[in-house]
Order: sequence, then C-alpha cells, then structure tokens
Amino acid sequence: MSTLLEMRGISKAFAGVKALEDINFTVRQGEIHAVVGENGAGKSTLVKVLSGVYPHGSYDGSIVYDGRERHFRDINDSEALGIIIIHQELALIPLLSIAENIFIANPPSRFGMIDRDAVYKRSQQLLAKVGLNEAPDTLVTNIGVGKQQLVEIAKALSKEVRLLILDEPTASLNESDSAALLDLLVEFRSQGMSAILISHKLNEVARVADRITVLRDGRTVDTMDCQASTIEEDRIIRKMVDRDLEHRFPKREPTIGEPVFKVENWSVYHPLHAGRQVIKNVDFQVRRGEIVGIAGLMGAGRTEFAMSLFGRSWGRRITGRALLHGREVDLSTVSRAIDAGLAYVTEDRKQLGLLLADDVRKNITLANLGSVSSGHVIDDIKEMRVASDYRNRMRIRCSDVYQASGNLSGGNQQKVVLSKWLFTDPEILILDEPTRGIDIGAKYEIYCIINELADAGKAVIMISSEMPELLGICDRICVMNEGAFVGEFDRSEATQEKIMRVIVRKGERLVDRDLQRSSAEELSGGALR
Amino acid sequence: MSDKTATLPGTREHAGFVKTNLREYGMLLSLFAIMLFFELVTDGTLLRPLNLTNLVLQNSYIVIMALGMLLVIVTGHIDLSVGSVAGFIGAIAAVLMVRYGVHFIPATIACLALGALIGAAQGYWVAYFKIPSFIVTLAGMLVFKGLALAVLQGQSVGPFSPTFQKLSSGFIPELFPGAGTLYPTSLLIGAALALGLVYISVKTRARRASHGVEVEPTSFFALKNAILVGVVIYFTYLIASHRGLPNVLVIMVALIALYGFVTTRTTIGRQIYAVGGNEKAAKLSGIKTERLTFLTFVNMGVLAALAGLVFAARLNTATPKAGLGFELDVIAACFIGGASAYGGVGRVAGAVIGALIMGVMNNGMSILGIGIDYQQVIKGLVLLGAVCLDVYNQRR
Ligand SMILES: Nc1ncnc2c1ncn2[C@@H]1O[C@H](COP(=O)(O)OP(=O)(O)OP(=O)(O)O)[C@@H](O)[C@H]1O
Ligand SMILES: [Mg+2]
Repeated sequence: MSTLLEMRGISKAFAGVKALEDINFTVRQGEIHAVVGENGAGKSTLVKVLSGVYPHGSYDGSIVYDGRERHFRDINDSEALGIIIIHQELALIPLLSIAENIFIANPPSRFGMIDRDAVYKRSQQLLAKVGLNEAPDTLVTNIGVGKQQLVEIAKALSKEVRLLILDEPTASLNESDSAALLDLLVEFRSQGMSAILISHKLNEVARVADRITVLRDGRTVDTMDCQASTIEEDRIIRKMVDRDLEHRFPKREPTIGEPVFKVENWSVYHPLHAGRQVIKNVDFQVRRGEIVGIAGLMGAGRTEFAMSLFGRSWGRRITGRALLHGREVDLSTVSRAIDAGLAYVTEDRKQLGLLLADDVRKNITLANLGSVSSGHVIDDIKEMRVASDYRNRMRIRCSDVYQASGNLSGGNQQKVVLSKWLFTDPEILILDEPTRGIDIGAKYEIYCIINELADAGKAVIMISSEMPELLGICDRICVMNEGAFVGEFDRSEATQEKIMRVIVRKGERLVDRDLQRSSAEELSGGALR
Repeated sequence: MSDKTATLPGTREHAGFVKTNLREYGMLLSLFAIMLFFELVTDGTLLRPLNLTNLVLQNSYIVIMALGMLLVIVTGHIDLSVGSVAGFIGAIAAVLMVRYGVHFIPATIACLALGALIGAAQGYWVAYFKIPSFIVTLAGMLVFKGLALAVLQGQSVGPFSPTFQKLSSGFIPELFPGAGTLYPTSLLIGAALALGLVYISVKTRARRASHGVEVEPTSFFALKNAILVGVVIYFTYLIASHRGLPNVLVIMVALIALYGFVTTRTTIGRQIYAVGGNEKAAKLSGIKTERLTFLTFVNMGVLAALAGLVFAARLNTATPKAGLGFELDVIAACFIGGASAYGGVGRVAGAVIGALIMGVMNNGMSILGIGIDYQQVIKGLVLLGAVCLDVYNQRR
C-alpha cells in the first residue's frame, strides 16, 4: 500500500504548553489509522495541524500529502485536496435542515442561485449512503445526536474525500449507533478511502483499525500494526498510560445505609409542547453509600429527570415530592437544590457546564463561592489553593489554574466540571454521562472518586449510556424508558443482556421522532428558562 | 499522567511577563500617548491646570455612567436609554428644586430613587421576560426623552441653588487657606491616595508571594508603582494649582474604587461575569441570573440619575436637550476599554480609561478648533480601531 500522508517532526506549542513534540505519523492509502491517548495528549491538536485549522507556520515540521509537501493556510486548502475533518464537537447549525447543513459551504447552484432540487436530491443520495433514514428537509435540531453524527459524515462525503478524519465520533453515541458508524467506516475503506479515527473506546479501535498510534504527552509512543498481530486492549492501555491498569473498575465493598433521597410521584411536562408528559409519575430512591445507575436509550428522559430535580432546570408543571432524610425538601431553584446537598454534573459541558472564556480556577469555585470568601469578598489565595488542589487531585492537565478552560482538551474540561461539583461537597451527586470523552486512565480515577464519595456515605446517581461502566460500578441499575422506570436490577443479577432486553422490549417506539427530539432540541436550546 | 507542562510559580521570564501584560497596560499606554499627542499639538494647553480641571468636570458624568454600563455590558446586555434617563432626571431635579423649591438633599435622594425605579422598570422586562435589552432600552430612550420634554414643557429650567451647583462646579474646602496659589489640602489628599495605592499593592504582592502565587518581577513592580505615584501626584499638583480638587472628582474616584473592588474581589462581581460568560452554566451553578441582570439595570438607573444631576448642576439649568447622545459616548467608552459585546469580559479600569480617551480627544480636538463634524468621524474611527486591535490581540 502506498503512503497517502506523512507528517514529519511536527511540533506545536501554545503559550506555555507544548501540545505536540516531534510527531511522526503516516497514513497509507485505504487504511483506518486510529490515534489514541490520554486527555490532552495532543490528538485533536495533531489533526487540527493536519487540516489547516492551525495554519502552516504556526507549527514546526512538514506535511507530505499525496507525494508533495503541503502548506495549508486554512481548512479550505486541505479540503480542496480531500482532507475532511469532523471535529470533536459537532458543528451543525440546529435550525437549518439536514440538506442545508450538508451543503452549507458550497451548495450546487445554477445561475448564481442555490439549486434547491439538486440540494435535495444529492442530500438524499448522501443520506442513503450513510444509511440515515430521514428526509433531507428535517431540521437538524429535531434529530438525535447519533443521527447528527451521520449528517456530519454525509456532509463530509459531499466533498471529494480521500482522507476522512473523525475526532471522537462515537463519544456521544450509544452502542448500536456507534457500531453502525464504524461499519460505515469499514465500508468506505473497502472503497479505497483512508481515515484517521480518534477514540477513547479501545474496543472499537481494536475492531476497525489497521494501525494504531499511541500519543502520550504530545509524543508518539508507538505505532502498532493490527494486521501483523492481534492487538489487545491491555497493550494499548499500557502504552497510553505507561503503567498497568489491572482492573477497569476499582474494587469496592459497598456499605449501604438507609434511604437518604426519595422522589415520589414525580411528573414533568415538556417546556414547549404543553401536553407532553416527559417524566411520568416516577418513584425513585437512593440510599446512603449507594451508587445507583440509570440506564436507558437517548431520549428516554434520564437527563430531563435529573435536571427537573435539580432546581427545576428543565420542564414545566413539575409535580411530585422530593424527600431528603424523610423530610420534604424544596428543590425549586438551583441554589436551593445545592443548599439541600444536591449536585448535578451536566452531560453538556460546553453549553451548560463551563464558562469557557474564564480560567480553571473561576470555574471550579463558581458553585461554591461562599466557602472561598468571607463576607462576600473572595479570598484569592484560598481560591487558588482550592483550585490547585482539585487540579492535582483530578489530574487536570493545564499550564496553571489561570488557563482558560476553553483551551483545555475535552476530557480535561470534563474534569473541571466535575471538580466544580465535588467542591460543593454534595450529599447527593447526580452524574450525567460523567466519563464521556474521557480516557481510560482518567475514567478509572473518576470511578475511584465516585467510590470514595459513596464510601464517605454520600449517595451517587449515575446516568450513563455505557453499559459496562454501569455494570462495573453501580450497586443497583434502574432502567428508564419513555419517562418511566421499567426495570431495576441489583448488582448481583444485572447483566448487559437483561438490561438491553428491558430497554428493547419497552423501547420499540423509540424510533418515534418526537422522543429523539426531546433529547437534542431542548437540552441545548430550551432547557433553561 | 504528569504535570510536565506546568509552569512553576515565579518562573516565568520578565519578557514573557511584560508580553502577557501588554494587553492590560496597552489601553493605559494609548491614553498617555493620546494625551502626549494633544499636549504637543496644543502647545501645552491640554495639561494647563484650568483645562485639566475642565476636562474632569466635562467628563465626570460619562465616567459615572460608564461604570454602570460596564456591568450591563458584562452581563451581555446594553442600555441605550442612559442619556435620556440622565436628561429626564435633570429635568425632574430642576422642576423639584426650581419650580417647587424643594431642598436639594431630599430632591437629590428622590432623583436617585427615581433612577433606580427606572432601571428596575427596564431591567424587569430584560431579566424576567427575556426581552432583548436593545429593544427595551430603545423604547426607554424614546419614552424618557419625551418625558423630559413634557416635564420641562419645552423650556429650560434654572438656575439651581448655589449649594446644588457645588455638586458639579464646587471644589473641596481648603483647610489651610492662604497658602498662595496652591491648594495644599488637595495635594495632601493626592499624596495620601498615591501612598495608599502603593501600600495596597505592596501588601497584596507580599501576601501572594508568601503563598507561592506567581507575582510580577520586582523591577517591573517597582517601575509600575513609581509611575503610578508620579502620575497621581503630578495630576493632583496640576489640579491643585487651579482651585483644588473638584467635588465631582472625589465622587468619581470613590465610585471607581468601589466598582473596581466589587467587580474584581467580591462574589457578586464574580457572578455578574459568570452570567455574561455563560448564562446557562451560571444558572446551573446556582447563580440567580435573572436577579443579577435586574440589579445591574437598577444600578445603571441610579448612576444615570447621578450623572443627570451632575450634568444639570454643571449647566446650571435643565434643558430638553440634556443627555442627548450620552449613551453613545458611554457605550463607546466601555468598548474602547476592552469590554466584549458578547458579555463576560470587561474591566472597570478599562471603561474609565475608555471614557478618558474619549474625553481627552473631545477636549483636545476642541482646543485645536476641529469642527464637531470631523470630531465625530475621528471618534468613530478610534472606536473601531480600538476594538479591532483588541480582537486582533485576543486572536494571537
Ligand atoms: N488553544 C489552546 N491554547 C492553549 N493550550 C491549548 C489549546 N488547545 C489545546 N491546548 C493544550 O494542548 C494539549 C493537547 O490538547 P488536545 O485538545 O490536542 O488533546 P486531546 O488529545 O485531543 O485530548 P481529549 O482526549 O481530551 O480530547 C492540552 O494540554 C491542551 O490544554
Ligand atoms: Mg480532543
């Protein structure tokens, strides 16, 4: 196989931080080359250098593509040569249709006017190619994240693609959507397309990749050939973190006490569609020292349930009782919920979690400014101490606590959000997809922290789409579907099959677009009012 | 995972430090450059004690309103009504004091309270009904312009009582009269202010250093403070050789100090910036975003009222035209001073410097005899240039 791309001696530094150091990286014609590494290892930066997001001259080293050295000034230069990147954060415009999004940059036109028929027809073909069964004039906001990801790929295919770069494409997808996407990638490979796949999900990397490059601290540690020998996940992990991770999940002897937090007859209506009951009179409880998982498909109402509890941050006409230590508590505003001892770690760190322009320190103390200040005056030394402490404890990779959180890698941003809530010292911690986009080592650390909290007598509620994670650390798993709990399993009896069966049995109507809508649209747009 | 990339406290080099701080001081340097320029081309008229005093008096109301506007802009909003509100309050003050003979103290209090009420009325729609502030305050601008006309019945009302005029054209009382042309009390206050500032910065630096927080290099720090002391003392000297410190300057400095403190050191200040930075995230962190937005408008109303009083006292009459176009100067001051139109970014010092840049340019160009037409053209270009430069700096 001939070499399509060769990156030689690439180095890139941001003010104070060396993100890449002397990276050598090649992609052959028609291979899927996976790039793995811890959060902040430099994966996103590498592909941004390649695609011209960071223009020639802002990095050291050379890029040879298709036999010639290239100096990309911007992303248009690389796209012209068939290098198409799909970024870690989706970049679709929610209130435009699928077709308009696909052809946003250069729509087919006639006499200087957009040729709507051609847009529609070509979108249809592209959607068929990626296996997305939606009308091209559907608004993007009305489809779920999984389908949005497919639209991104269709958008990429609308251009001449020779090298497709996917930065954590499956991070927010459930297992079946992920599998579909990877199958698509394999199919494209058979048609001769090359791809760079960045992912933290090592099982899928091992499944589709021809070669795997491991980055650590901005350097290439190793490139493994998957055809020569079968690569085990453990080996990749060892290279990534430079140590052995014996277990994926830390061990813990749960000591579970009395129920601390109870929700009775909780009902929530949709904020925009008045008649739609999204959470249907559910009961829920969590005990001292217990980790309860909530499983379910996207759009099942898990996030909506959590956010409606947390200061009525989602939904309307919220009714039901919430009891803390057997006494009814007022959770009607976020600050009351925080005072009562609740914390909610959002799944959407960019929109709902972080002040991206502000530094790590300000983000960490934001929800608990009172304890770093006396009489409303902030004690900056104390604040810095607290922030540095969390930085070390959570191993947040940043140049210092004064670095803007928007400049951190995705996984490190997640750790900042988590730190913010740990600092409020909650009694009931609700985690919504806490390990999304987080590397294996950091995941393990987060599991350890969750365990510590539980051991300290706190109650943890964990919403996750990653089944193994729920099975690995939860004492009890509740399955939610269409706004109601449809099953509950104890740690000892829970298996992936059993949970899936409950989800699927109840979940046939999930193809219904209405439900998909509730996850995508309102969580980003209409969530907080 | 290692912290290899982390910088240890105190290890950054001088050059690097100066570079990262250049943006912060860039604004101040531009102000000095502009002052130097006009000082030269006006043959030293700009910094004559009389002119300098006038410059302070002329711009005091803009500075006062810029403090409120900064907070409004930081929360991600805008207030177009401040000029009209200032004019309207001036009119009310005149009617109360001149027509009805109300004593100036209750009248002033009533006017400030009315300002708060106006701010509350506008902030209510913005904060709780989510009506874009641009629209609400555009409406407010029309409403209060009209009301000012109605209250004054189209005429100018004045003059005010001499005590009220002192608010704007008075000077602090001299404790040591007969010391020749200089006003020693003012000089002493200036010196005390300079020393106080140095004391605070030395203390803060020592405290930070003792806790291992990165501090600026000693040479840089000493230089900065020396310049600060020099500038403060020089300016009070100039002002003291005219008639001493104007009352309104004292009010202004006190307000600047207060707002500077609130925005940088207090929890409420931090929360205001958080609202502007990411309202949803702030709300999910337990911050009462609506109430804060509401309060910034109330605060703006009070400051607009104060500015209206100062302006009326200065002109010694209330005219229907008072306050016309003030909002533009005030908003421009904030943006020149580095505030972001997207919210979440902006500093009190920046807004004050922005206001002074505008003031110095107005004053200098008037001395040069440049017509009001080209003055506006130049001011517009400066606004655009300053913001472009800032955006460019951020991109780097
Ligand atoms: N614009 C920036 N300014 C300063 N530092 C940056 C910037 N962008 C990235 N970095 C730093 O560069 C390093 C590499 O970041 P990058 O986003 O490439 O990591 P990553 O491997 O993609 O991580 P993740 O798995 O969390 O997405 C990080 O330490 C990050 O803080
Ligand atoms: Mg990344």
